[in-house]
Amino acid sequence: MTSRVLSGLLLASTILGSAALAQAQDKTLTIESWRNDDLSIWQEKLIPAFEAKHPGIKVVFSPTAPTEYNAALNAKLDAGSAGDLITCRPFDASLELYNKKHLINLTDLPGMENFSPVAKSAWSTDDGSASFCVPMASVIHGFIYNKDAFEKLGISVPTTEAEFFAALDKIKADGTYIPLAMGTKDLWEAATMGYQNIGPTYWKGEEGRIALVKGEQKLTDEPWVEPYRVLAKWKDYLGDGFEAQTYPDSQNLFTLGRAAIFPAGSWEISLFNQSKDIKLGAFAPPVKNAGDTCYISDHNDIGMGINAKSPNADAAKTFLTWVASPEFADIYANALPGFFSLNSTPVKMADPLAQEFVSWREKCKPTIRSTYQILSRGTPNLENETWTESANVINGTDTPEVAAKKLQDGLDSWYKPAK
Amino acid sequence: MSEAAVSAPYARTLPVAAKRPRRWHIVVFLLPALIVYSAVMILPLIETLRLSLFNVVDGQPAFVGLANFRVLFGDARWAADFWNALRNNFIFFVIHMLVQNPIGVALAAMLSIPKLRFAAFYRTAIFLPTLLSFVIVGFIWKLILSPIWGVSPWLMDLVGLKSFFSPWLGKPGSALIAVSLISVWQYVGIPMMLIYAALLSIPEEVIEAAECDGITGWGQFWKIKLPLILPAIGIISILTFVGNFNAFDLIYTVQGALAGPDKSTDVLGTLLYRTFFGFQLQLGDRSMGATIATVMFLIILAGVSLYLFGIQRRIRRYQF
Repeated sequence: MTSRVLSGLLLASTILGSAALAQAQDKTLTIESWRNDDLSIWQEKLIPAFEAKHPGIKVVFSPTAPTEYNAALNAKLDAGSAGDLITCRPFDASLELYNKKHLINLTDLPGMENFSPVAKSAWSTDDGSASFCVPMASVIHGFIYNKDAFEKLGISVPTTEAEFFAALDKIKADGTYIPLAMGTKDLWEAATMGYQNIGPTYWKGEEGRIALVKGEQKLTDEPWVEPYRVLAKWKDYLGDGFEAQTYPDSQNLFTLGRAAIFPAGSWEISLFNQSKDIKLGAFAPPVKNAGDTCYISDHNDIGMGINAKSPNADAAKTFLTWVASPEFADIYANALPGFFSLNSTPVKMADPLAQEFVSWREKCKPTIRSTYQILSRGTPNLENETWTESANVINGTDTPEVAAKKLQDGLDSWYKPAK
Repeated sequence: MSEAAVSAPYARTLPVAAKRPRRWHIVVFLLPALIVYSAVMILPLIETLRLSLFNVVDGQPAFVGLANFRVLFGDARWAADFWNALRNNFIFFVIHMLVQNPIGVALAAMLSIPKLRFAAFYRTAIFLPTLLSFVIVGFIWKLILSPIWGVSPWLMDLVGLKSFFSPWLGKPGSALIAVSLISVWQYVGIPMMLIYAALLSIPEEVIEAAECDGITGWGQFWKIKLPLILPAIGIISILTFVGNFNAFDLIYTVQGALAGPDKSTDVLGTLLYRTFFGFQLQLGDRSMGATIATVMFLIILAGVSLYLFGIQRRIRRYQF
């Protein structure tokens, strides 16, 4: 008798157990991502918050190394083994996935109305008719400075170009600090933290960028050459041997308190906050003359879309609607200070440095990096060429005019804007 | 290739040698290597050569003949990139031939001096970098040469040469030489070991006979030993050639995929990588990548053939 009960129980538990398992398997969503730095934030904060509200759906965050992500993702998508949710790189990398029908159209997804067209631009078709990823975060460029250094030398935060260089002169004359922590060895620092950081002020943000895409302006025009002329002047304020100074070198120089100003992207915030010894402040790219409108690079960086072959598309949509909600924006932006939500609902952030960065959105006009949309579609690639030429300008290998001419010639060789 | 295909011609010859047992073991023993080698070397090579004749036309892969090569050599930008990479590659190779191999020979000659103490220690120490990963070597040298944290500015300061220090890896004029010398430092152990082995295999009688004839010291090295190790030097040259024209890893680790500054360290390997896999915003172009790979293959093939048919046959070998 007891043995029959026991075997009955065992049988029931096997069936029920497997049934539970089958149910769990039905609704497991896997996220493909390159943000392996964010693994703990997803596992400890974001996923539990979502699962608490949607008991039927389990979410697994499965990141790959950033440098391998694009290649690995393409291979997985072609083989049909990619996860249900795809973290989207901005612009052409994701647009190509959409054109190849690897990503589904999310234009009508509930929650998409929470984003402005600029926020969606990085993951929309060129005509803006279809969006295929939910915008998650953007990064803002500016300058992070060492407050102690500024106080000691009696420098106030510069707002104009003249004040900026006056401050640099003062720091250089004092000699305690390296005025600017930047090197040209890794090339992209010069382009991203240099050219794309100060540039929008001169080409008037979106206005210039769109004119460039339309072919109404050229890179050899004054608004595009002038930032190079300013950048060339930075040379005198960089550390000894900046030609061989790498990006981690710059970060270390700054966090060790040996440099006064770090031309930055907001993604540095969490790393810099770890060094408790120095007090940090931030200022937006200086304008040319006092009272000019300021422009900032508020660059769309991360989005999320749905794998067209996903068997759990409905659950995936539920998840993305949540990603589009203010609740997600709040958790995400606070867990990762420096990655700012693109949601129209303002997010209250605790980090003072992140607050400073995001406050520029109110007084300055935002734009995205000039080389990202459409203009880096061909060979030679404008973004990659900009890396090389920006470093050349700072190193003095090329004059600003020559650099601009090279870039425009490269662009002309394949880009024929419709007129 | 299947086992049946291998043994088919064999089966046809069977009636001639009727009594001979089938020697299956030959096939069986050859098969694993054949399969592995075909799968990881021959097939990809053929596929690469094939891919270089195809390109995407209107979204569909299509046979385009030699059009890819016409773009590579005919388009001003592609050609400029390609010739720049080839020239850098050639400089990279010349530096290895002029620095690595003579130093390798010299080290081997010194190691083979019978009176040298701690020979085993030197041998191991000099060979050790060859065993290190290029990632480690690249990283160590980036740190050594770093103008901020590096030991080289400090060491040069100690001997009063600080003014001669410059951020070599960051200057277009010196970056390629610096990277080449790092590579020389890493691989100098290989020519040393090969030459050392060749020197050790020279019979005592030959040396003794030379000594009887009054040839000693430097004269002995130039007139007796060097001619005897020439075949080994030939092998080293061709290994250096193949290795250098395939070079990629160290440059990628030290200078990044854009091989800066100003493409001054760009070699065929990094150009191939950027083209085939794409980099940052540039999407990969498999057809043009395969085209560059094919050209690299042809360059190496030409170099090796030149050596095999032009030089190796003329090297006099001595049998003892």
